[in-house]
Amino acid sequence: MEPDNPTYSDAAESMPDVLHDQGEAGIGVDLSLDELVFDGDTILSDLNLELEPGKITCLLGPSGVGKSSILKILAGFIPLPGNSRVTTSDGKSLEGRLSYMDQKDLLLPWASVFDNLLIGNRLRGEIPYRVRADRLIKQVGLEKWRDSRPDTLSGGMRQRVALARTLMEGSSILLMDEPFSALDAITKFRLQGLAARLLTEKTVLLITHDPMEALRLGDVIYVLAGHPARLSEAIRPEKDIPRDPADDAFSQHYSAIMTRLAGETEDAS
Amino acid sequence: MRLLRAGITLAGFLLIWGLITAILGLPKFLLPSPLIVAEALLTHASLIADNAMTTAIEILVGLILGVLFGMVSALLISAYRPVKQWVFPLLIASQAIPVFAIAPLLVLWLGYGMAPKIVMSLLIIYFPVTVGFLDGLNRTEPVWLNLAGLLQQSGRTGRFRKLVNLYLYIKIPFALPSLASGIRVAAAIAPIGAVVGEWVGASSGLGYLMLHANARVQTDLMFASLLVLTAMALLIYYLIDALLLRALPWLSTHNNNTTQ
Repeated sequence: MEPDNPTYSDAAESMPDVLHDQGEAGIGVDLSLDELVFDGDTILSDLNLELEPGKITCLLGPSGVGKSSILKILAGFIPLPGNSRVTTSDGKSLEGRLSYMDQKDLLLPWASVFDNLLIGNRLRGEIPYRVRADRLIKQVGLEKWRDSRPDTLSGGMRQRVALARTLMEGSSILLMDEPFSALDAITKFRLQGLAARLLTEKTVLLITHDPMEALRLGDVIYVLAGHPARLSEAIRPEKDIPRDPADDAFSQHYSAIMTRLAGETEDAS
Repeated sequence: MRLLRAGITLAGFLLIWGLITAILGLPKFLLPSPLIVAEALLTHASLIADNAMTTAIEILVGLILGVLFGMVSALLISAYRPVKQWVFPLLIASQAIPVFAIAPLLVLWLGYGMAPKIVMSLLIIYFPVTVGFLDGLNRTEPVWLNLAGLLQQSGRTGRFRKLVNLYLYIKIPFALPSLASGIRVAAAIAPIGAVVGEWVGASSGLGYLMLHANARVQTDLMFASLLVLTAMALLIYYLIDALLLRALPWLSTHNNNTTQ
């Protein structure tokens, strides 16, 4: 059960919104992918994905289409294939400027919430930024659980810790691989609201298979579908995030995206 | 509850043992009754206690050293490839030699004191600890290594320092459950090393006492020593088990939570 904790959104709002300390608010990233082959099967080819500076770019598609592979290539978990290129708007390499958030919370099971936030500092042999960690714990509304171990927290709370740890790095580029997909609908909805507040001015790539999530959080949405998968035209819904699902425009986009996703799946099958 | 069950098992065992001696009427040098053994335990209490102390020290020192050596070896083998390629086969070969076969050699080299028994325990313990810990160190989940690699990218420290930190904060903690299993096995078999060492050549210890009692057909004393040895081995095992559980508190609740 998600403990009843109505104060967390207020806490987040009363704090200065973003903690950016790399001092380079908007970096654009451009990935041009020649071809990605797994076991002789071409999954992606001729794909060009642009992450606009300071915007949340959502990559939406059915499972197994290769969304995560794109993210993993950017993160460096999969080596950049053949003639592919990653370019940034400031011409510098991505190395050291990325943070990553997974569907699984990837929290250290033996460490408290607080110590989980400090793991980056510790791994790099830096002096832990305790003040910053405490500020982020407050922003995600977990002050009371600061010294609790992850196994005593609910799934939603753990994912909030994971979000705080991702923000702890102060990177200007965030890669998020289905960060809320393991959560129940209500928890997911609240966390999307929190994320929308905390991710302003970051360049974010958000992978999701949930059109609702893409429409709530994406400044720019691409649908990835087919085999080998292709990117759709960019969808840029009006209004600022987090968008309200009750909105008319929201439901229009929603049905348009669903139609496209369903059509592509039929073609494939 | 667990204690009660253990007590019932023990009482049942003693009862059957008593019945067998009573019904078969075996002479006490073949199979003494529990009462005779209890009597021997009381009359020779201080003799048994002295010798038990020797054996206990041998087991504990052997355990501590074996665990330490095993941990260091596992760390070196995991972190430094050439060590694995050159030393690991040697390690496995060393396990093919039965400890009984080298016991006389150890006594020859190290004398009749505690040293050869400690080395013997150490030799037996070393392998399960090394292999258990190494297994854990080599099995850090790739997602974690990816994340840690990304987190370390922006650091300004050198490669060696980053490797040390990776071990310190990620690999070693994740390997602790496997290390704990290795130590549990070690705790269970450590008494074997010490007792074998005492059989081959010693001036004190429970193994020594049993050998002597056996030679002089003091079967009751032998059984009394055996009981004390068993009790000691169990005590050491459960003590270490309890310590390990306390040291790794996140494991007990780790597997039974949901995404709720």
